[in-house]
Amino acid sequence: MKNKPNDLILQTVTTMISFIIILFSIHLFFAGHYTPGGGFIGGLMTAAALVLLLLAYDIKTLNTILPFNFRMMTAAGLLIAVLTGAGALLFNQPFLTHAYDYFELPLLGETSLHTAVLFDIGVYLVVIGVTMTIIQTIGESE
Amino acid sequence: MIDTSEYIIAAFILIGAFFGVVTAIGLIRLPDLYTRTHAASKSATLGVMSVLIGALLFFLTEEGLFNSRIVLGIFFVLITAPVGGHLIARAAYNSGVKLAPETVQDDLAKKEQYEAKKKKNSSRD
Repeated sequence: MKNKPNDLILQTVTTMISFIIILFSIHLFFAGHYTPGGGFIGGLMTAAALVLLLLAYDIKTLNTILPFNFRMMTAAGLLIAVLTGAGALLFNQPFLTHAYDYFELPLLGETSLHTAVLFDIGVYLVVIGVTMTIIQTIGESE
Repeated sequence: MIDTSEYIIAAFILIGAFFGVVTAIGLIRLPDLYTRTHAASKSATLGVMSVLIGALLFFLTEEGLFNSRIVLGIFFVLITAPVGGHLIARAAYNSGVKLAPETVQDDLAKKEQYEAKKKKNSSRD
């Protein structure tokens, strides 16, 4: 028993539960504008799902399933946030000015699309990247 | 204005609170870790699920909104709480926590001998 641990129950439940957690984190991310939620806790919850996968399997398996470089993800998130802020400069507006309008989307009907979502995507990616970098760095140091 | 739906909601929430109290009493009264995880994972799960069903019905009847996050929460607690109890009990057994003195039988303790015997028998066949 000691040399070969049998994690069947944890692994089976993790494969089902992590999808629910990721779906809920995406819901929190998109709900952020009108209800509680947003990029920060959405990103933290996605990172929590990834940490659950890390607990049930190991770092190598997670790197095979999701071959992301989480440091690059942090950099990409910061870049998206800065570019969203700088985009306002193209329209002769102050830095970080956001705009929104109503659009007819094919499936969703009339939806208000806001550039703050792009900024939130940056926050989301930074939170996932930083959390996973911290956890993986602690986990790998023997 | 009290109608039947309010009685049903109150019954669900009171049942949930009752099972929460039962869990707490079980955690104090039961002798060892395994019986305590039994109390904590079973009755606490049922208690939390009852309270969540009560909250779901309350917002459905009073405000007329169906909160799918509560349904997701019920499903989530139903799946994860027993697994948490299982993992705590298994980690405790593997790290050698003693069973209560009233214990009659411990089949897992003889697992090593049993598997060695089975291997010997199969190699003989």
